Amino acid sequence: MAKIKPEPTWKELETGFVISEPGTARDYKTGDWRSLRPVVNESQCIKCGICYIFCPDMSIVKTAEGYFQADLYFCKGCGICAAECFTGCITMVPEEE
Amino acid sequence: MAKKRGVEVSIAAADAIGMTNVDVVAAYPITPQTHIVEHLADLVASGELDAEFVPVESEHSAMSVACGSSGAGARTFTCTSSQGLALMNEIVFLAASMRLPIVMILANRSLSGPLSIWNDHSDVMSIRDTGWIQIFAENGQEVFDNVFFAFKVAEDKNVSLPVIVNIDGFGLSHMIEPIEYWEQEMVKQYLPDFEPINRLDPDHPVTMGALGMPDVFTEAKKAQNEALIHSKPEILKAWKDMGDICGRYYKPIETYKMDSAKVAFLTMGSTGETVSLAIDDLREQGKAAGQLKLRLWRPFPFEELAEAVKGLDQIIVIDRAISFGGPGGPVASEIRNALYHQDNMPYVTNYVCSLAGRDITADDFITIYEEATSASEEELKRNDYTIYGVRV
Repeated sequence: MAKIKPEPTWKELETGFVISEPGTARDYKTGDWRSLRPVVNESQCIKCGICYIFCPDMSIVKTAEGYFQADLYFCKGCGICAAECFTGCITMVPEEE
Repeated sequence: MAKKRGVEVSIAAADAIGMTNVDVVAAYPITPQTHIVEHLADLVASGELDAEFVPVESEHSAMSVACGSSGAGARTFTCTSSQGLALMNEIVFLAASMRLPIVMILANRSLSGPLSIWNDHSDVMSIRDTGWIQIFAENGQEVFDNVFFAFKVAEDKNVSLPVIVNIDGFGLSHMIEPIEYWEQEMVKQYLPDFEPINRLDPDHPVTMGALGMPDVFTEAKKAQNEALIHSKPEILKAWKDMGDICGRYYKPIETYKMDSAKVAFLTMGSTGETVSLAIDDLREQGKAAGQLKLRLWRPFPFEELAEAVKGLDQIIVIDRAISFGGPGGPVASEIRNALYHQDNMPYVTNYVCSLAGRDITADDFITIYEEATSASEEELKRNDYTIYGVRV
């Protein structure tokens, strides 16, 4: 559905609700589903990447310095990264803070 | 034109499917559909038909395979009855919403319980709102002809929807009837190769069956409904084209002895031929009786119905299923609804008949005619439906 322009009319949908362009899910913003966001304390992070491995939405990206940070465009705030982190360097912080 | 041959309707149906050069047949055997699928398996095993025959482990799998193969661009056929249809139910919806032009023959049989293998229309009524094009055949020739029609309409790029050809179990499926086979050349002339709008192709990947969020689901359903409604002109054209080839012209509503008729039976399926015998008798008695045979069930032929009922005082709708706790049989409910805005709407009297293959004869329909036409105005307004012949 992602590449479909926002709020398409019924006539603008493809026959059978097919999506003819591959990889369009990457355009679909799921970040606004989030109520908690992961905040990384880089001073405790050992750059092991366990959060990257466990993230079910592949929302965690490696930064230039080798740390792992959530891409907040996709991150739904599930908290699995924080639960799996060995050092406890990821804290789930309410969005309003 | 080829000579007629005496052949079991199921075998003729399977031969017709073979003549469409179908690519994939996925089906699970269930009474009374069995002979169709068995004969197709024979055709594939003997090499007469070059198709993939998938002997699936259930009807749920049959319809799933059908969706996959149709999505891959293969001409696809499946076939079931009753409980088999119930088991494939969730995928039946998907075939229509994904606009996959699968053809299914439904050898109509009652749904359990009590357990029954005999014929009525409770199975097809359970999938009325799945979005398939649905037609009913009255005799073997109609079954044979409408196999080609079903593929022609389903695969038409302006339609791209699955089609069910309903044939009454046993009472039609197992009859030996005189059937005029088409020449293979006629099939070639009528039915072009299947060119899907979308297909699963690694070089041009597409997503089928994607998630539809609330912001787009309603639009998807509106598009699907419009597609079914607007399949009707293509349906009419496909029947016209078929008539030009085989000489038999089919209509959404067939009429029988409707000249100056005041009371008409309305039937779907093979019961129609029995009712026609009753109409012959009633006409001989001087009664202004006629018959409407509803061939196209979905999309519902509203305009044709409105035209067909002009001048009628009463319609006796024969239903082959019960809508438990509802306003009458499923066909009668729709007829009443369709005629609601009609000026001088005829009385719609509803009889639920011949459940699970209980014999019903022309004499029974004459009894029904006499009962229905002698009812008082108050009775006509009060009685939504009657279950005919039930012992009390």
